Amino acid sequence: MTRSLAPIGLLGYIFGSFLLAILYPQSVLAFLLFEASLLLLYYIPAHAKVKSTLAALVLIVLMPLLGTINGYYLEVAIQIGIYAALALGLNIVVGFVGLLNLGFVAFYAIGAYLWAIFGSPQANEFIAGGVFPLAPYWFFIFLLLSIGVGALTGLVLGLPVLRLRGDYLAVVTLGFAEVVRALVNNLDKPVNLTNGPRGISPIVKPPLFFRPVLEFFGLEITDAKLYPLYFYFLVLLVVCVIILVTRRLESSRIGRAWKAIREDEIAAAAMGVPVVRMKLLGFAVGASFASAVGVLFAAKQVFINPESFTFMESIGVLAMVILGGMGSIPGAILGATGVTILNLQLLKGLSLWLNGLRQSGAVLTLPLLGSYSLSQIPVQFEPAKYERMVFGLILILMMIFRPQGILPPKQERKR
Amino acid sequence: MALLELRGVSKRFGGLQALARVDIELEDGVIASLIGPNGAGKTTLFNTLTGLYQPDEGEIRFQNRSLIGLKPEQITGAGISRTFQNIRLFSHMTVLDNVLVGMHSRLDTKLWQIFLSTQKYQAREKAAQRRAIELIELAGLSGRENEWAHQLSYGEQRRLEIARALAAAPKLLLLDEPSAGMNTSEAQSLMALFKELIGRYVQAILLIEHNMRVVMGISDRVHVLDYGEKIAEGHPDEVRQDPRVIEAYLGQGVWTARRP
Repeated sequence: MTRSLAPIGLLGYIFGSFLLAILYPQSVLAFLLFEASLLLLYYIPAHAKVKSTLAALVLIVLMPLLGTINGYYLEVAIQIGIYAALALGLNIVVGFVGLLNLGFVAFYAIGAYLWAIFGSPQANEFIAGGVFPLAPYWFFIFLLLSIGVGALTGLVLGLPVLRLRGDYLAVVTLGFAEVVRALVNNLDKPVNLTNGPRGISPIVKPPLFFRPVLEFFGLEITDAKLYPLYFYFLVLLVVCVIILVTRRLESSRIGRAWKAIREDEIAAAAMGVPVVRMKLLGFAVGASFASAVGVLFAAKQVFINPESFTFMESIGVLAMVILGGMGSIPGAILGATGVTILNLQLLKGLSLWLNGLRQSGAVLTLPLLGSYSLSQIPVQFEPAKYERMVFGLILILMMIFRPQGILPPKQERKR
Repeated sequence: MALLELRGVSKRFGGLQALARVDIELEDGVIASLIGPNGAGKTTLFNTLTGLYQPDEGEIRFQNRSLIGLKPEQITGAGISRTFQNIRLFSHMTVLDNVLVGMHSRLDTKLWQIFLSTQKYQAREKAAQRRAIELIELAGLSGRENEWAHQLSYGEQRRLEIARALAAAPKLLLLDEPSAGMNTSEAQSLMALFKELIGRYVQAILLIEHNMRVVMGISDRVHVLDYGEKIAEGHPDEVRQDPRVIEAYLGQGVWTARRP
């Protein structure tokens, strides 16, 4: 009974929140309600096919429609996708293999700079001939290439350090990320490879190869409107591929070996698991995800500089994995979504609300305490300024009350 | 020709001689026990056999092939599998997955087969699961496949460890105190299980055991270690009479010697 009713109820909810978000395009709350439909979708009892159809409806049809009304929503969705992909990559290393990696952002940076250097005039600085920037279609080649480059850097870092355990490994990965950042920051001399702290710009965007198709259907969309949609779908595709690959790996003997290493390295070795090789593989797979997402990020941003790849970024992604639940695919996605929404929407929304109050000039009259002009609220009260603090508080509360994360891995039924 | 042959195996930890020129031979089809007081070097011998430690000197041959210098996973691949004295299951994995991990060295799937989820790969996974469930049933844990390993009781965890070790399709099974913490009837059913394993699942079993009822009940041969030295070897009845063995147990009497 509930199995057939729940999807219908949810469908109603999806359209209700969607209409609300269309009617109030500036309302953060309406958009949050809409986003929550995906979470509800995860929880309702329904057939997997029903669930995936509803998810496709939300992600492929409704979300882009909403994005055409309020472009910022699309930006938020793209950010969520990028962080979800990063969190899924780190989840393999931290959640499955159980290796604490504090420098995950290094692989992200490597991917981003890979495309930034060759997809902009930057490469002309050290390769003669003036053939750069490469044509837009090279973007896809570099997207594939970045998977290999990411995996390779993962191996190069992993080979010497994976014999270290726990804290020692964490420190080395942290150092590695700082080395990568310092390198891109300083490799503008003697040969200008990365343009140093000034960053690289403009970076070529992927080609609009489907433009003729759109024109055939009589759709005239400006580039400025089309690119966010385009990136949204690209990110969605990449995230879907990553989810698929991760799920297959997780249920294979490789995924089982990873978890066995996480649980008990000695027992895993005694059961015939080649520990060092499996750790290297986990490192390489995680790194290749991050690096591929880096290419997307560079193309989307048009401009990148070393500031985008700081230690705090690594910590942010790690926090997403921990909040969501280590070793859980839905957890990593939820963690990425939650933290991104918190940063981009909730805190900013509260700040806007506070600003609105201040500018309204209303006077609050409290009995016994006298009156207080709302325009006197100090600027320092803006929640957006407390991003890190709120974030830290959430982490502390989570560790006390739900250390396994919001969506810890489930015992899967299989037989 | 012996299945397993140890010749003058020694292992030293700083000033402690954990193993001193130990010679052991194990024939096909045999259940052998390794006994001795606490700290005699029994577990050290297991760790040396399975590649967790490298012996300082001596030779270990398994099916006429030297195991010296091999890594633990290579030794498992060669056909020796073990359980641990202090249970080392993968706690946050299901019972089924625990056993499937044991099959790692017997499942030869390539990365691309996993990505594409090819038919051949799926068929292999299915077959592996079937075999895992068979082993789980053998260990008396049917119907518990999807529970997490740490949810099992102590005795069940011990049996799951045996199922996991069997999953590696070993020729020689090493059991480190399999009946520890079990009551008499549990130990009895465990002994029945061991007899069932010989010939059908494994070629030989070597077990470390303090429960003398188990040792005397099922062993074809008993090896006695004391201070890293092998002091006696033979049929359980012979060993029981051996004055050196009785002395090693400090006159406590073999029958009452148990773990503290």
